[in-house]
Amino acid sequence: MLVFILRRLAQAVIVMLAVAFIAFMLFQYVGDPVSNLLGQDATQEQRQQLRRDLGLDDSFIVQFSHFVANAVEGEFGLSLRQGRKVSSLIVERFPATLELSVTAGVIALLMGIPLGVYSALRRGSFGSQLMMTLSLLGVSLPTFLIGILLILLFAVTLKVLPSFGRGDVVMLGRWSTGFLTLDGWKHLILPGFTLAVFQLALIMRLVRAEMLEVLRADYIKFARARGLPNRAVYFGHALKNTLVPVITITGLQLGSLIAFSIITETVFQWPGMGLLFIQAVQFADIPVMAAYLCLIALIFVIINLGVDLLYFAVDPRLRIERPAGGH
Amino acid sequence: MSIEVPVPAAAPGRWARFLDGDVWHSFKNSPMAITAAVIACICVFCAVFANWVAPHNPFDLATLDLSDARLPPAWMDEGKRTFLLGTDDQGRDILSALMFGARISLLVGLASVLVSLLVGVSLGLLSGFVGGKVDAFIMRICDVMLSFPSILIALLIDGVGRAMFPNAHDTLAFGVLIVAISLTGWVQYARTVRGSTLVERNKEYVQAARVIGVSPYRIMVRHVLPNVLGPVLVLATIQVAAAIITEATLSFLGVGVPPTSPSLGTLIRIGNDFLFSGEWWITIFPGAMLVLIALSVNLLGDWLRDALNPRLR
Repeated sequence: MLVFILRRLAQAVIVMLAVAFIAFMLFQYVGDPVSNLLGQDATQEQRQQLRRDLGLDDSFIVQFSHFVANAVEGEFGLSLRQGRKVSSLIVERFPATLELSVTAGVIALLMGIPLGVYSALRRGSFGSQLMMTLSLLGVSLPTFLIGILLILLFAVTLKVLPSFGRGDVVMLGRWSTGFLTLDGWKHLILPGFTLAVFQLALIMRLVRAEMLEVLRADYIKFARARGLPNRAVYFGHALKNTLVPVITITGLQLGSLIAFSIITETVFQWPGMGLLFIQAVQFADIPVMAAYLCLIALIFVIINLGVDLLYFAVDPRLRIERPAGGH
Repeated sequence: MSIEVPVPAAAPGRWARFLDGDVWHSFKNSPMAITAAVIACICVFCAVFANWVAPHNPFDLATLDLSDARLPPAWMDEGKRTFLLGTDDQGRDILSALMFGARISLLVGLASVLVSLLVGVSLGLLSGFVGGKVDAFIMRICDVMLSFPSILIALLIDGVGRAMFPNAHDTLAFGVLIVAISLTGWVQYARTVRGSTLVERNKEYVQAARVIGVSPYRIMVRHVLPNVLGPVLVLATIQVAAAIITEATLSFLGVGVPPTSPSLGTLIRIGNDFLFSGEWWITIFPGAMLVLIALSVNLLGDWLRDALNPRLR
């Protein structure tokens, strides 16, 4: 067991080092940091001096370890475009993205599971067919189009919901939250739903498939034979057993929610990390790109690791190679 | 006494064999596939022959008239018959812009699928056939790539490309875009091909070829490759839709094709600015076209998967 955990940890560290290496290569070889900082008309001595100060003359290994040490402390230097520290930019933007992603995740779960259960139990009914068709559309429609359609419907035609920015936010220390004001909630509805649609469709189809699978199992037949009411069979036995894969998938998808928020944030001009990243890509702002890359990689690695360990805790079959007969 | 030698009937041509084959029969019996194919064909036809089919040339500045700007579609009150789907802010015909835009979307989509197909199939073949450390290395890369959403990887590669060639020429911008999209797609092919190669590798024909001393490279390319291409074909169809959507997303985000040659995504991005002044047609029609193409290609891919799967027959 310890070996398994250690191996997964080692893998996670290797992935992070690889990502850090890519980020480091970006810094080193894409664009010249010296001319970025000094401008075109600096003298040769100034350049040499800065190269020495920045440690650019050190050996590759030294520079890389330096970079990793800084990255661990969250230090990625200055944004080329805004001239501010990348770390403070990200700290500023992170709450917006996290709130958006969590809202979308909650919407997807709260709507996806009931709809999935419904379309599994009423298979072939009109409502269920409609749900399946809509979910197919939800999976194949690109996110930005969904956002545009929602804006057109709710913000332009009906004029009931705002479509731009976060609205009023309250500062809790360094954390800005939109959860505490009515205006903030209103601003959250459209982007939250837009981001949720894909996951919602995914969860719905997954719950439906799992539910249909479970309903064919022997223990369901047995539960019916015992004369349990439908309610108990469906929700007490069937749904409980379908939720394990659903929860793992949702956990894994939390990372994609954060990543896909790039698109939603652009559509709704939501002031989060995604918008920051897109602007960085447009202006080739390497420090911001590198920092975002490392942060997202860290989130993904932690989520993957967490899900793996959770599996390990849930599924006894994974706890292998116990000495046989060692009672 | 003469022995009747069965005379083999003249081998039917490829075309005849195709018409008699399972795939064609399943196509004829699937209304969904036929509809999707017809829609896809119309889209491709309009895109390829945009120069002749389109009622106007949106890039010919001489034909643009600013007094025609922001006209709604023809069936609305202020619409003009000559501009069936309305015009944008510069008086360009939306319908024509759609055709030219679809051409660029399809071009980028097909090109990136081709590149990722090439990379993925060769790496997968190598991985499955050689095995050992090479296999482990390639598969680890795949694992890492798969654990990140593809749009993120495409954005990153695109950003790096932009940083490396800040004053890039338009052609180079296309190249960067195609590389960015295809580098996210190859993993699927590599894994599929590796899986089938592992099965094929131990079959008798490969062993026979080894015994008579055919070189490993030749076995790999001439004997194993043709046998693992079936699933790749299905994957490639579905990936075309995915690539078109990725391209549209990147262009919508403003980091895709250069604005001088707008794709469907660019058109949606441009139209998005006019949403609030009520000119919905500038952005909705390109969006609808995008969905139509992606959906029909996806449906064709689904059908092809079922048709080529012997277990479902």
